[in-house]
Amino acid sequence: MPFVPPEIRLAGIAPEMALVVSAFVVLIAGTFARSRVNRVYLPALATIGFGASIYFAVSVWGENELQLSDMIALDGFATFCKISLAVFGLLTVWLGSDYLTRDGIEEPEFYGLVLLAVAGMMLMASAADLIVIFLALETFSIALYVLVGYRRRSIEGQESAMKYFLLGAFSSSFFLLGIALAYGAVGSTNLYGNSENPGLAQFLSESASEATGVLVLATGFLVVGLGFKIAAVPFHMWTPDAYQGAPSPITGFMAAGSKLAGFAALLRLFDASLFALRWEWRPLLIGIAVATMIAGSVLAVVQEDIKRMLAYSSIAHAGFVLTGVIATNDRGISGSLFYLATYGIAVLGGFAVVSILGGKDEHRVRLVDYKGAFYEHPALAGALTLFLLSLAGVPVTSGFVGKLVVFGAAIEAGYSWVVVIGMLTSAIAAFFYLRVLVVMYMQEPDESRPPIPVGRAASTVVALTAVATIILGLFWSPLIGAAEDATFFFVGG
Amino acid sequence: MTLGAYLPILFLVILSTAFAVLSIVAASKLSPRNWTAAKRTAYESGIVPEHDIERERFPVKFYLVAMLFIIFDIETVFLYPWAVAFEDLKLFGLIEMLAFIAILLAAYVYVWRRGGLEWAE
Repeated sequence: MPFVPPEIRLAGIAPEMALVVSAFVVLIAGTFARSRVNRVYLPALATIGFGASIYFAVSVWGENELQLSDMIALDGFATFCKISLAVFGLLTVWLGSDYLTRDGIEEPEFYGLVLLAVAGMMLMASAADLIVIFLALETFSIALYVLVGYRRRSIEGQESAMKYFLLGAFSSSFFLLGIALAYGAVGSTNLYGNSENPGLAQFLSESASEATGVLVLATGFLVVGLGFKIAAVPFHMWTPDAYQGAPSPITGFMAAGSKLAGFAALLRLFDASLFALRWEWRPLLIGIAVATMIAGSVLAVVQEDIKRMLAYSSIAHAGFVLTGVIATNDRGISGSLFYLATYGIAVLGGFAVVSILGGKDEHRVRLVDYKGAFYEHPALAGALTLFLLSLAGVPVTSGFVGKLVVFGAAIEAGYSWVVVIGMLTSAIAAFFYLRVLVVMYMQEPDESRPPIPVGRAASTVVALTAVATIILGLFWSPLIGAAEDATFFFVGG
Repeated sequence: MTLGAYLPILFLVILSTAFAVLSIVAASKLSPRNWTAAKRTAYESGIVPEHDIERERFPVKFYLVAMLFIIFDIETVFLYPWAVAFEDLKLFGLIEMLAFIAILLAAYVYVWRRGGLEWAE
């Protein structure tokens, strides 16, 4: 039998390839120079990598096809996620370069691992097969396990990396079992499938009633696996510890990127390929969304550490985005994308301020350390105010528009009671955001503390994210329009 | 969906658990136990340890070397079948294999330059 080479078109994974190649370049180049030189040109090399990645992603905007034996979906949805992820990665690298210099822990691995993590997250967004989703999940998770424990000298850092690793591996096994059950039910792991080659969507459209019991069970396991990555209750236990122990730039990166990647797979899996099964999985996700919103908001109130507080707030935000997922309409999908993109920018900016104000080795991350921060660092405190107001969903910030679209989508789908719970928990959440503001503005600074060095790259990140938060709060329509154009792959397009 | 279809599986679970528990309990209660020095040594599973390995600490380098060995061992595992099927795969196989080796080579250069192959500090 003659061998026929498969058709290979790389447009779908060109952004990922650009990142992987630049990760190799960074890792190898980093071993040839001293850290004093590395601190200048390694971030620059990573920036070039992200730039190339964004270029490749933008150049395929509007395509609609499956590539590489139907394993990779090249569609607007994937492209939107990839551009957002590359921006998150870029901000993380800039922020990280100042952070590493300040704490004296410069290693080329930091940049290499961030690049590889973003590549894995991007693959997650365009995966059209459960096996590829799993591969992408592991790619970015393994990079993040190492990055979370990047502060090797810190006990907290080691503890958080260990917890994140063990629970992450545990969740991966759930996801894998879900894949096995789905394969057992459908006979394929592909999300779409066609008449010759069955997939989940194809299977559901042909045989709506028979043998779906195993598929429902598989759906449950897949929810568990992805629920860990998006930090939804009751799979959120690792979040506060991992967020607290990780270096602040990485915490911001996890909150922004890891969440977007998890939701990208969740949206494609549930709102596209398992759409026909929505009456089965929707109650499950509604329960998770409600529990996530309530637990995240209530538990954040009692936190005394600002990183833990933002960790619980990120859990609550996962619940808000889930209301967009359960809506299963076009507004829900585009609203979720918009929400995740704007939330990512705000939370990265928030953690940028936390990382600067934390000082060397991040000693000042408790709420009491923020006493009178406004009088010491007016610009940084002002920016943090903006980010917290955006996370709280106050008008004129991007967070308000994000909440408006996902809640609007859920009302349109007839889930007003879920939205009511979302509103109430937002009100609870506003309390702990405002608490930080009270501490920063209305209390006097304790004593004369040593001044904190503010790096140029880190302050650029704060400025960019602050401007983006305001602009997207005032002129949201271009980004919402892009999110609406970011459709899933559809047959016959 | 009716759960009745899964009843045989439930029976099987109960039956197999009961069998396993019963076998272990029966073996522990009924079997005679005559411990001799010879019976306490490692049985057909390697040599008798020289040191008290339970309390000794291993340098982490052993794990590092084992990990690196597996990476390059896998390369060989892939190279053999490729060499056998080289005639059929033609240029496609060659390019794929070059990409694969280039990735491993990058890892090799990185490990070498970072001092992963050096045993002494």
